[in-house]
Amino acid sequence: MEQTIIYLDNNATTPLHEDVIAAMNRANELYGNASSMHAMGREAMEAIEESRQAVRDLIDAPEGSIVFTSGASEANNTVFNLFRERIDLGSKRNRIVTTTIEHPSIIEMVAHLRELGYTIDLCPVDHTGRVVMEEMEKLMGDDVALVSVMLGNNEIGTIQPVKEIALLAHHHGAYVHTDATQAIGKIPVSMEELGVDYLSLSAHKFYGPKGIGVLAIRKGVPFAPFFHGGHQEGGKRAGTYNNTAIVGMGVAARIAREELEEESARLWKLREMLREGIEASIPNVVVNGSRDYCLPGTLDVSFPRAEGESILLYLDLEGIMVSTGSACASGSLEPSYVLLASGVDIELAHGSIRFSFGRYNTEDEVHYVLEKLPPIIKRLREMSIR
Amino acid sequence: MAQWVYSPVVKDHFMNPRNTWSEEEHFEADGVGEVGSLACGDQMQVLIKVENDRVADLRWLTYGCASAIASTSMMSELAIGMTLEEAYFLSPERITEALGGLPEHKFHCSVLGDKALRAAIDDYLKKNGKPNPWQSQVAKVICECKQVTDIQVEELVKSKEATTLEELEKLTGYGTVCGKCKPQMALLFDQLQHLYHV
Repeated sequence: MEQTIIYLDNNATTPLHEDVIAAMNRANELYGNASSMHAMGREAMEAIEESRQAVRDLIDAPEGSIVFTSGASEANNTVFNLFRERIDLGSKRNRIVTTTIEHPSIIEMVAHLRELGYTIDLCPVDHTGRVVMEEMEKLMGDDVALVSVMLGNNEIGTIQPVKEIALLAHHHGAYVHTDATQAIGKIPVSMEELGVDYLSLSAHKFYGPKGIGVLAIRKGVPFAPFFHGGHQEGGKRAGTYNNTAIVGMGVAARIAREELEEESARLWKLREMLREGIEASIPNVVVNGSRDYCLPGTLDVSFPRAEGESILLYLDLEGIMVSTGSACASGSLEPSYVLLASGVDIELAHGSIRFSFGRYNTEDEVHYVLEKLPPIIKRLREMSIR
Repeated sequence: MAQWVYSPVVKDHFMNPRNTWSEEEHFEADGVGEVGSLACGDQMQVLIKVENDRVADLRWLTYGCASAIASTSMMSELAIGMTLEEAYFLSPERITEALGGLPEHKFHCSVLGDKALRAAIDDYLKKNGKPNPWQSQVAKVICECKQVTDIQVEELVKSKEATTLEELEKLTGYGTVCGKCKPQMALLFDQLQHLYHV
């Protein structure tokens, strides 16, 4: 019997697009070191530059801004590290402002820097997970070096007013970074339009390979490499080029750009179908995040009196793959900090499930989930304390 | 297919939990015990019937993760038929062993069935005006989220490793998750300080 697999965890990672696989298989022949001067090296470099252009087109980035990294975590760390270095060198702008719901690669970096004595302020978000602009304004000042705000949240899908934040921060003379990882391929992302100085992204969130991403850096803004040791990327990021992964990302970027409008509408339709179905078939549910500013494929729902890990594992036994904000699945005892920061009650955070759609999901799959999920919640609630 | 998250026994008890208390069933309980909280992410209730100083029957309810459900289910199978004394000292290690093991971090937070069972036995003895010879012999959990017991706190206060509540929090992590235990912990800390150092 064939095992049912309904993959609804596309915010965690996506499968490779078939065209990406084909291009990467071909690119495996490109074994030359792209930094070499000979024919094999030049051939590899040509493919890399083609990918660079595809990514640049995807995010409407300025010329010469694209630097390849191992992913968005490295890109985010690079940005925080370079401002830390400037603060160490005595810059009068010695404060960093970010938010309470960033990706762990920023949240953990913030905790680490704070332990070392750096001043970092976290701007609060409202109950939908949106940055409160009045609070952001209060945090501005001529001592702010960097403002970093993610474009779309990985857990609840909330889209931030990054353009407004960039205008505000620039007005106060600070530089601006956005982690656009979750937004790519789902909503239009233009570095020029957003007006940010730095932008991070990761290929595996839009049907490209894992372990490759980009930090886009506007010309003329501060920079210091995180990795030292080679002249690759104009000295901005050392390490031999991963030809295969870069080619894969380039193809994924081209497809993401071409299909954005259609894909975005399709993801929202699937998401709304599932949301309406859940609300119609399961009593007492809470949809987390923002209705007006939400990544199209993300649906985060809390089921009071049913615990997240148990829901996830009962769904897993039915072949449905999701994620949860429950503490039990995190390895720590703390439930999702994103939900808690948005003012979601701790009990609701324990019972939260994230469904995240991708290009391979279908309406039939939504129907299957709507058939399997209600009895699971009913069963867990019956077993739960009354 | 890759291995499942937990052992095959855990999976079986998670998929087919034994002795759960269904809404339709009228269960005349002689003792009821409840531990944990929704805020912690694990809460359970155990109901027992007692005959001839034995756990004659047992029902339970659990809000919690897969290992909380499976370990409470396993506890129920082990406890039914035990004398009250045996049941009182049924250890989380024994439950975990019967389940074929649990990941370390799960053992501490989700195996609460034994504590709920103990609370049910306490309740039964109290209701029936019987003496409780075992209560003082077992550590009482004060912080359920971080599983901090009164004996543990007593040792830290006695040895002066924890001279303030802040130090106690740093050492044990008590009160850092749901925070429900804070008043009780403060009271215990004051009593112990008074006992050993004033």
